[in-house]
Amino acid sequence: MNTHSGETPAASGSLKKRLRRDLARVPLLAWLCGAMAAVVLERFCGPQLADLLGLPKVPVLFGFLIILKQPLLIPSTLVFLTLIYGLPILLLSRLLARPANRLAAFLLQAPLAVSVLVHLALFYGTLHLWSDLSAYRVLTLKLTLIAVMLTLSLNVINGYMGEFSCSHPAFMALGAYAASVMTLLFFVKDKQFGEALLPPALGPFMFPLVLVVAGAVAAIGALVIAIPSFRTRGDYLAIISLAFLFIVKSLIENLEWLGGPRGLSSQPNYASLPTVFAWAAACIWIINNFVRSTLGKALNAVRDDEIAADAMTVDTRRTKMVAFLFGAFWAGVAGGLFAHVLRYVNPGSFGRQNLAEVLAMVYFGGLNSVYGSIVGAVSLSLLGEALRPLELFKWIIIPLMLILVMIFRPTGLIAFREFDVRKLVQPKQNPDQEV
Amino acid sequence: MALLQVDHMTHFFGGLRAVHDYNLSLEAGQIRGLIGPNGAGKTTVFNLLTGIHTPTEGHIHLDGQEITGKPPHRIASLGLARTFQNLCLWRHMTVLEHVKMARYSRISYGLIGAFFGTPKRHREEAAIEAKAHTLLQLVGIDHLADQVVVNLPYGAQRRVELARALAIEPKVLFLDEPTAGMNPEELVQMMEIIRRVHAEFDLAIYLIEHRLKMVMELCEVIQTLVFGEVVAEGPPEEIQTNPVVIEAYLGKEGVESSC
Repeated sequence: MNTHSGETPAASGSLKKRLRRDLARVPLLAWLCGAMAAVVLERFCGPQLADLLGLPKVPVLFGFLIILKQPLLIPSTLVFLTLIYGLPILLLSRLLARPANRLAAFLLQAPLAVSVLVHLALFYGTLHLWSDLSAYRVLTLKLTLIAVMLTLSLNVINGYMGEFSCSHPAFMALGAYAASVMTLLFFVKDKQFGEALLPPALGPFMFPLVLVVAGAVAAIGALVIAIPSFRTRGDYLAIISLAFLFIVKSLIENLEWLGGPRGLSSQPNYASLPTVFAWAAACIWIINNFVRSTLGKALNAVRDDEIAADAMTVDTRRTKMVAFLFGAFWAGVAGGLFAHVLRYVNPGSFGRQNLAEVLAMVYFGGLNSVYGSIVGAVSLSLLGEALRPLELFKWIIIPLMLILVMIFRPTGLIAFREFDVRKLVQPKQNPDQEV
Repeated sequence: MALLQVDHMTHFFGGLRAVHDYNLSLEAGQIRGLIGPNGAGKTTVFNLLTGIHTPTEGHIHLDGQEITGKPPHRIASLGLARTFQNLCLWRHMTVLEHVKMARYSRISYGLIGAFFGTPKRHREEAAIEAKAHTLLQLVGIDHLADQVVVNLPYGAQRRVELARALAIEPKVLFLDEPTAGMNPEELVQMMEIIRRVHAEFDLAIYLIEHRLKMVMELCEVIQTLVFGEVVAEGPPEEIQTNPVVIEAYLGKEGVESSC
């Protein structure tokens, strides 16, 4: 390197450019294949490699925890990550780019749903294999998926509609308690509700219905806020919804048949990883459908200029109500899943801290954007887990990052971007590929 | 009864009488003008007729149906479209989305269609989109369809408003100073577009305008509003020479020059 120092910048520049050009051609399908390969590699060679590098065990969360706990292990962790994740993903997706492009093009000849399902199956397979290694990964993954649902549903209200709602944890609590009561009452024998009313074997099949009802309960709660606050414009919603959050929380704390401050426990184990994944995918799909339709775009019109929206035949009040109830519904579903993932709920999980987290995810990721919500929810929940060893400092670092994002990108990392599924799964053919 | 019939409309903002005993009968296919000095209450008249404010007294009928006190979106979907004096566009939306949005009340796929992306929704959205492109071609900005409105020059933004209003398929179109802030060239183009739109859809057009040249050329009948009261009504030539109008516009000494 030193001998050719004159040429290095140009060479590395062109190398970087080539790499970027090469990677621009890689379709999502190839990336997923690469990720799958990396995960398989980790499954078979991970423990041995970790042993070889002197790591106590396979880094659970991409080495974040190890780095913070034992800084001396940083080099070997980095080597591990490069060998297991970095290199295989890069090489394989580069190698597979061409056939994957062809395959993606072939899949697109069928209806879009086929393509999407293939991608989702591959993605789920990767996640499943990755999380199989430890229970901690499974839990983190489930909670992250739930966070994605929550963030996205809050983004509908705070981003797409441009109102400021603070009651999302309350909707989540309504959903969580409604779902818990239903499953405990019908499918489980427990102290609180006694014998199971229905055969427990039915439980897993009825669980989707339970979640939908849980969402509906949250939506009814939202109606209580929506009726008074959408009569007028302004900051009423923020205040009323904050009040609603506290009302719901103290209500649950004081209702003895809901377990009071102790909460409810021993929910059945229905929220398996595939269930949570399927619900998260459905949530993203439905919300994205909605916000891209003209009915959903009406939210943006109401946010940007309500008088103009009204003058252009948009029923502004109905639009706002629908969006608010819709957001609350998904928060309720997410709450129901949350209760069955932890198999324990208490009123303490749905307070101001939870509100701060969800709001941070929405504003960090980006307003008015499905991508943004996914990025915000995933990055902040992983970051939250990764910084856990720092304990109190976590609550200094995360807000600090939020402040920086607000300064440099006031609307969030990826704001106002359309989530076009077709664009995502289509082959990435570069025009200069033939040259 | 005329297509748009207004009888004895009066409106108070608190103790201020903004509009007093206003009458209008706008026939189908007619172009009418509303002129008057600043603060005369022209835009207030528009806001009253389109439902943004509810008149204190009086009745408004559109096509024989009473629309007094109805919310703006109901009035709009009954066929009364408008543009705004100070451009009310949605700043994060593209030109095409603006025009599509005005079809809101005619969308029949409902929430189920919106949530699940049914084939019916895709058909309907495609139809709306085709319609929107036709309207954009009519006002000459189809090439800008995918642009976000804030990036557009002023004249183009005015056209977006016009196309958006037309997407409602109105019977009556209200134009609130459609050429405000335009240069002479854009002004001529806008007049051309208004004529074309009028001919194509057989609309009744009611326009507020400060440039007398435009009003005189386009309108069949002109009303002059001063302090919320109609002081003169008649064909352009008559209005031009009416001493009351001249006094209201130019003052008694005639210091200010018009257009």
